Amino acid sequence: MGKLLVYLKDYKKESVLGPLFKLLEASFELIVPLVVASMIDVGMTNGDKGYIIKMCLVMTAFGLIGLICSVTAQYFAARAAVGFATRLRHELFAHVQKLSFSQMDSEGTSTLITRMTSDINQVQSGVNLVLRLFLRSPFIVFGAMIMAFTVDVKAALIFVVVIPVLSIIVFGIMLVSIPLFKKVQARLDGVLGITRENLTGVRVIRAFGEEEGEIRKFDGETDALKHMQMLAGRISALMNPLTYIVINGGLIALIYVGAVRVEAGILSQGQVVALVNYMSQILVELVKLANLIITVTKAVACGNRIEGIFEIPAGLKETGLTDTSKNQSVDGAKQEKGTVEFDHVSLRYHEGGEEALTDIHFKAQRGDTIGVIGGTGSGKSSLVNLIPRFYDVEKGSVKIDGVDVREYPLTGLRDKIGVVMQKAVLFEGTIRENLLWGNENASEDELWEALRTAQAEEFVLQKEKKLDEKVEQEGRNLSGGQKQRLSIARALVKKPEILILDDSASALDYATDAALRKSIKEMPGETTVFIVSQRASSLLHADTIIVLDDGNVAGMGTHEELLQSCQVYQEIYYSQFEKKEGVGA
Amino acid sequence: MKGDKKNTKQKETLIKVLKYIKPHGFLMTLTILMAVVSVVLTLYLPILTGDAVDRIAYIFDPSELSVDLGVIWVGLFGILKKMAVVVALTVMAQWIMNICNNQIVYNIIQDIRKKAFRRIEELPLKYLDAHAHGDIVSRVVADVDQFADGLLIGFTQLFTGVVTILGTLGFMLSVNVGITAVVVIITPVSLFVASFIAKKTFSMFQLQSETRGEQTALINEMIGNQKVVQSFNREGKTLEKFDEINGRLEKCSLRAIFFSSLTNPCTRFVNSVVYTGVGLTGAFAVLSRGLSVGQLTCFLSYANQYTKPFNEISGVITELQNALACAARIFELIEEEAQVPDGADAVTLKDVKGEVGIKDVSFSYVPDKKLIENLNLNVNPGQRIAIVGPTGCGKTTIINLLMRFYDVDKGSISVDGNEIKNITRQSLRTSYGMVLQDTWLKRGTIWDNIVVGKPDATKEEVTAAAKASHAHSFIKRLPNGYDTVIGEDGGSLSGGQKQLLCITRVMLSLPPMLILDEATSSIDTRTEIKIQKAFATMMEGRTSFIVAHRLSTIQNADVILVMKDGHIIEQGNHQELLAKKGFYAELYNSQFAIA
Repeated sequence: MGKLLVYLKDYKKESVLGPLFKLLEASFELIVPLVVASMIDVGMTNGDKGYIIKMCLVMTAFGLIGLICSVTAQYFAARAAVGFATRLRHELFAHVQKLSFSQMDSEGTSTLITRMTSDINQVQSGVNLVLRLFLRSPFIVFGAMIMAFTVDVKAALIFVVVIPVLSIIVFGIMLVSIPLFKKVQARLDGVLGITRENLTGVRVIRAFGEEEGEIRKFDGETDALKHMQMLAGRISALMNPLTYIVINGGLIALIYVGAVRVEAGILSQGQVVALVNYMSQILVELVKLANLIITVTKAVACGNRIEGIFEIPAGLKETGLTDTSKNQSVDGAKQEKGTVEFDHVSLRYHEGGEEALTDIHFKAQRGDTIGVIGGTGSGKSSLVNLIPRFYDVEKGSVKIDGVDVREYPLTGLRDKIGVVMQKAVLFEGTIRENLLWGNENASEDELWEALRTAQAEEFVLQKEKKLDEKVEQEGRNLSGGQKQRLSIARALVKKPEILILDDSASALDYATDAALRKSIKEMPGETTVFIVSQRASSLLHADTIIVLDDGNVAGMGTHEELLQSCQVYQEIYYSQFEKKEGVGA
Repeated sequence: MKGDKKNTKQKETLIKVLKYIKPHGFLMTLTILMAVVSVVLTLYLPILTGDAVDRIAYIFDPSELSVDLGVIWVGLFGILKKMAVVVALTVMAQWIMNICNNQIVYNIIQDIRKKAFRRIEELPLKYLDAHAHGDIVSRVVADVDQFADGLLIGFTQLFTGVVTILGTLGFMLSVNVGITAVVVIITPVSLFVASFIAKKTFSMFQLQSETRGEQTALINEMIGNQKVVQSFNREGKTLEKFDEINGRLEKCSLRAIFFSSLTNPCTRFVNSVVYTGVGLTGAFAVLSRGLSVGQLTCFLSYANQYTKPFNEISGVITELQNALACAARIFELIEEEAQVPDGADAVTLKDVKGEVGIKDVSFSYVPDKKLIENLNLNVNPGQRIAIVGPTGCGKTTIINLLMRFYDVDKGSISVDGNEIKNITRQSLRTSYGMVLQDTWLKRGTIWDNIVVGKPDATKEEVTAAAKASHAHSFIKRLPNGYDTVIGEDGGSLSGGQKQLLCITRVMLSLPPMLILDEATSSIDTRTEIKIQKAFATMMEGRTSFIVAHRLSTIQNADVILVMKDGHIIEQGNHQELLAKKGFYAELYNSQFAIA
């Protein structure tokens, strides 16, 4: 939690002024009884009505000043807390964006979402309350103790015992309940996860008539959440009663000691009353405090969860970005522009897991079309994912323009590459806005050109508002094939040096797929193209086809060569063209 | 007018919340009882303290007293003992109250969450397809949470507050009626101020809640698709968009929080006016001998005690406001119209033969954009129907209609002679085995994901199904085999592996009819051919609908429907359609065309 407080630094002024004005208000509150006392002692004893009215006006004035102080304090506290939460949300979002693919895979989206929303909200209310009230309460508690000492040192020793005991109770309960509240939030992640799952998988769940089962599962999750909440609640429910008993125990002791001291002639009756009043002042503050502590405890637990995300180091390390290496890369780029080279590359997703790719070694020249084909789970996507450095290799290296991808700044690297993923994803906005992702400054003509190449021109033209047609979140209002073609167009707008099509035409019919490949081939400029596909027909004319089998290269060459020499390729090919060749797989 | 509307909405929400509280009547009574006990005891304690102090006065100045000092000491001890008992009882009452409140609140929010989730399961797909998932999630999670917080703090403080006010009022009346009247007349001003601010801030809180929902939706979209964002180097732009919403949220949160927090200082100011008023009238009463100084002191302290809960209550009102705004959003979801429930006389399909009839069906997602018009089709039991056509021609829509994910606009669809509107959804849908192009896996083990349609499957059955779908070999190689836990949406499994698991599901449950929508699009062709064989066995005697781009996979279909723009333009088997040299023939030849 502590580390998060740096985000308050822009609100130093507010975080100081807020509590300060609050203390000012509290001080006025403490003075009022004195005014009353003098009203009784001076005004009434002398029967001076004018004095009484004057004192009443003074009290009203104090009330007014208190009001102004308090409003100011509330304003500063709210500004600091809201500003803090806004900064925090910004930083957290920015940080999560820097996480690498494998980190995202292992964290899971749901928990990141709860942390960015629910957790930050809790922290915000916590900070707001702390700024407003946490200084005030100790101020009054210790103030009362000091006042007690000025009355009678021996009797005040009771305060010296009571206050530490109270602190132990308050902090003890906090210590026990913080981990519990953390668990509560983790359970909440579970509830969020299953809700999300049910929204995305609604068709499958209904197809299997599994609504009831899912409801049972959800009930299970909320039960677990409830039990955790109850447990945490039971602990914090102790706070109020325990502090009450300690304070009043102190009060009883105070009266007893007071009576003894009065009998000994050391204290006066009035002084005992003063001591008793100080003790009840502490009680009033603590009752307030106890309620706050619950909120603060939650805030700390949530803060720690947020911190947990910040502690994940931001994604891939960008190393070797010194000037010299930059110069080198420029030199290298001149000699080998557009080349992609895999130098004995191996990849493993999880430590101790199986290798996803083993010893991949090849070099693609500028303008080449490289086909990647292979069985399900053979590592096709893994291979192309290494080019934009979505994952880091375990052994060997991937070089673009003769320079290791790890030597590039990530943005520079990814600017060169257009990737179209298996799952076509579009974002809320217009078609135009989605296409501009590729290149902010693309002209109208360039957009249409990309659409034409991606075989998307026709259906965009049919849309009422053409490029300005609305795309809903995740492209819900478009068909699978339309989404795929738009996501291809989006990558083309980038005019990348290297284009990667990761099985991105699966929702297209054969005719459209063929037309797409043809127009990509005819694109101006020499783009190096990687096509991952299940369809041998999509790759027939690739300059090189890489055949993968279980993460290993089973064959590499042109279609003709592979058909001669590579058994895996033969099997794949004949499985699709059995009729023509008259051979079954 | 607008304010009135909001006010009524707030009231409606409150009434709904009360309905949720109703079942917890016993705990509610108990908690109120405990509140009364603890407050009365708390108010009684100062009287005991006063008594004790009086005895000390005698100790201080024994000359005024005729009795022995020892007797006074005994009396003092008696009072102290009484105080100890009162404190102990108060603590018990407080504790029981806290526990009851926890119980009530957490049960209520669980209730609400369960209702909301049930509603999600019952909502028509029309609603779910059209609403941002992130926003729905935010309602079920964040809004309910905020509501719980408000409710809990509200309960704990509202009761004690109200009871304290009533209790103090009683004690004050017993001392002096006139001055009590002053207190009672001025204090409502603070309630008025509080409710005025509350009314004004309700809409601010609602705006805050809405903006939060918008932000959650963005987070859901962007973080959920982070890979695409990163591959386009769009982190900066996305962050800009996020910051725009974040900035708006900051503004409206600040307004909501600041203005609602004005309640406390304002009511406190009113209280200090009350205090002064008591002081003034009291002082004059003392001068005219109507009141003793001691009574005035007591009165001042009670006046203070009387007004304090008003402060707390107004603080609580802020919380409750926020809670109500959140509750309103949740209720909106819960009250969203569910799909028309199955009729009482709905038929449960049994021993499905697989005769499907589509009669004069018209359908469109958007009223003014016609999609399917006057579609007619008769499928005999056991027939294989393939649907082909260019993307966006309505293939998937037919599946949506067959499964009754959407209801037809006109015409009817029947299974075994029963109109599907008169069949229970459950039995209709489980009669179909469906594999979609968009794979969906849930968090859990591979096993859990396979047995979705048949939870009581034995190990032999599962392995047999997995072998038939050729998923067995890759599952075996996973670290824990069938017990391997996969993350959200399949985690690091490849697209093809996910699809194999989805096929295994259907292979296991073996329903009487099949729908395969691009079921093997992500699977390599070698495996596909093997799966096709398994499919072929499975399709034997089962009515099947197949959507595919790879025409090789549908050549053996009994009927091929060629669709374009929502119409069936050609119909027949492979040979017939090729001979026609129409759209199908063109499509078929294009896959062998040299690009």
